[in-house]
Amino acid sequence: MRTFIKFGMATAAVLASGALAHARDLTVTSWGGAYQNAQTEAYFAPFRQQTKIPLIDESWDGGIGVLRTKVEGGNATWDVVQVESEELAAGCDEGLFEKLDFDRIGGKERYIKEALHPCGVGAIVYDFVLAYDKDRLKDPPKGWADFFDTQKFPGKRALRGGPKSTLEIALMADGVPADKVYEVLKTPAGVDRAFKKLDGLKKDLIFWKAGAQPPQLLASGEVALTSAYNGRIDAANRDDKRNFGIVWNQALFTIDSWVILKGSPNRDNAYKVIDFMGQADNQAKLPLKIAYGVTNRDANKAIPPERLKDLPTAPDNFKTATEISTEFWLENIDRLNERFNKWAATQ
Amino acid sequence: MTDPVSLTRSLRRSRRRRQIAAAACVAPLLVFTFLVFLLPIGDMLRRSVWNAEVASAWPGVRAAMSAWRSEGGGGVPPEPVFAALAQDMRGTYGTPALGAAARRLNYDLENGRSLVFNTARRVAPLDGPTGAWTDTLIGIDRRWGEAETWSAIDRARLPFTDFFLLAALDLQRGEDGLARKPPQQAIYLEILGRTFSISMAVTLACLVLGFPVAYVIAAQPPSRANLLLMLVLLPFWTPLLVRTAAWVVLLQENGLANQFLAALRLIDRPLRLIYNRTGVLVAMTHVLLPFMILPLYSVMKGVPPSLMRAALSLGAPPFTAFRRVYLPQVMPGVAAGALLVFILALGYYITPALVGGGADQMISTFIAFNTTDTANWSLAAALGTVLLAATFLLFAIAARLGGRYRLGVLG
Repeated sequence: MRTFIKFGMATAAVLASGALAHARDLTVTSWGGAYQNAQTEAYFAPFRQQTKIPLIDESWDGGIGVLRTKVEGGNATWDVVQVESEELAAGCDEGLFEKLDFDRIGGKERYIKEALHPCGVGAIVYDFVLAYDKDRLKDPPKGWADFFDTQKFPGKRALRGGPKSTLEIALMADGVPADKVYEVLKTPAGVDRAFKKLDGLKKDLIFWKAGAQPPQLLASGEVALTSAYNGRIDAANRDDKRNFGIVWNQALFTIDSWVILKGSPNRDNAYKVIDFMGQADNQAKLPLKIAYGVTNRDANKAIPPERLKDLPTAPDNFKTATEISTEFWLENIDRLNERFNKWAATQ
Repeated sequence: MTDPVSLTRSLRRSRRRRQIAAAACVAPLLVFTFLVFLLPIGDMLRRSVWNAEVASAWPGVRAAMSAWRSEGGGGVPPEPVFAALAQDMRGTYGTPALGAAARRLNYDLENGRSLVFNTARRVAPLDGPTGAWTDTLIGIDRRWGEAETWSAIDRARLPFTDFFLLAALDLQRGEDGLARKPPQQAIYLEILGRTFSISMAVTLACLVLGFPVAYVIAAQPPSRANLLLMLVLLPFWTPLLVRTAAWVVLLQENGLANQFLAALRLIDRPLRLIYNRTGVLVAMTHVLLPFMILPLYSVMKGVPPSLMRAALSLGAPPFTAFRRVYLPQVMPGVAAGALLVFILALGYYITPALVGGGADQMISTFIAFNTTDTANWSLAAALGTVLLAATFLLFAIAARLGGRYRLGVLG
């Protein structure tokens, strides 16, 4: 009899969990790690508390293939996902995301214009910047032209081991104005020009793969100058007490966005959480924990000025930055990656 | 009492039962191997020739082009193909199928992605057949009037293709048959060669370093041998990334290795030990050394020391005794260790990525790049297939040479 009761309870539990799985809680998926911890503090926990809407947060490593499988399988287990700009553009074209109704998340005028997309709204802004060690370089570099000037700034340099960001940097160093970079890069002559510029620096150049490497390369003195994600440099300064400098001039920026997966059963709550994460007061809390810029036009006012200056979206930093072109790279990454690797392998 | 027929039958039954029991014991492993090994490899082989994106997104185009091609058409197709394309584009606009087709064309056709999406965006709102689709499409983008565009669609329209396998071998199919890719895009053969040469160098280094160590350990009394083996296994207890990062610290320009050499006044300026081939070889050899030492040790332990003593006492010089008596007996260990290290080395990519330079990236890096970064799974599968085939080929050659060598030694 006891066994029977146990069996009955187990069956009931299975049935109940099946029913729960059917009416699934709102699930928000982001990049994990320190970043998602900051998001939990700034967004997820207060949202649960204030709205009493249950929210599950999960993490992923990106990849349009993952989203494709989820949506096309017809039973996506995520509702709101943070995606990179290329996943946003490709997924929107492929119909993987809901078209966003901006009126439900505070209207288009609430956000900076770079954050607007038919299928997504910008969550954070982050930069590729030129970084250096202030303890070693008294006279700071001014831009990418200095990066290529081994007379004035002796020592090795590090760039990301791939064509994206590297070719843009080479062209800017060669005197192409930031707003003309992709115009030039779209022509075969422009690509040749970028590689030619890189040729001149080749023997002093190291390539990094992981975002954690540039601060390490600077700290050990292996390189004098490097390209880096601004957040990593900020973290090294704050957590490891480094004295690294960032050149905001000619920075390249990109935006990660929130999307709602097509066919989400929790669409109303998905809009609520995206709206919540788009409010200026809430957004202003995130950069205190991690050095990413946020997308609400009014968020900067709520951020203390001494912190604001470390962010890509501080007015002075933002006005000299160029957005990495999603369209360009979606189309050309395969070919240029082959060419880049060919170039990198020849001495 | 017992009749012989039923005895045979019961004997047979018991034998069958034993066979079933044996099969049941092996079955889980067989199923496991099938599911996690054979099935994925089969899927990889399938993906390397799979080409269904355009065929399934645009069935009309496929049919119209087949009709046109079977009539011997070339260059730019006639109106029915254009009409079918417009119709199919309108049908797939905003669906994943169009994205897949655009992505597939983009592999073969520069700016193919934007060509497809821009055209689909413009064609979708037009209602009803407007008649001259040829002019409409060429009006939207003049590349629809170019033979190059259509030969790319032609290559993409059949459900199977050799496009990706050829690309993995730096080849392409042009208007006049197979051709080598232009030098700037021809990278994979070089990378494949590099993958094999790095793996062989690492195998050799492991053998040279590991053989004496295994020999020494095998000669120790068991208690000390166990302690030494623990030391050999120590690297296994540290994660791969930590071990690799440790080499960065040791080998970098101001690292311990350079400081040490400078303190001994052997060098007056730092050597470049990392972010080049040296760093890759050092770090990979370190990581893989236990895989060489363990099989060598297990074989060497079984070689009775009396045999070497006998050879020496019969007058063989030490080297001859080693070569003629000891080496042939430990050859299975050498072969097993070398095979293990070589196979593992072929798949390395985190280590070369972190301690190598631009000329030291191995083929797995590109397989990973195509799998995760650009989601070009067909090319990733084709590169995997080429690697698999090249590895098999190499082992077939090695097995033949090895067989002859052993025969020579025995004879």
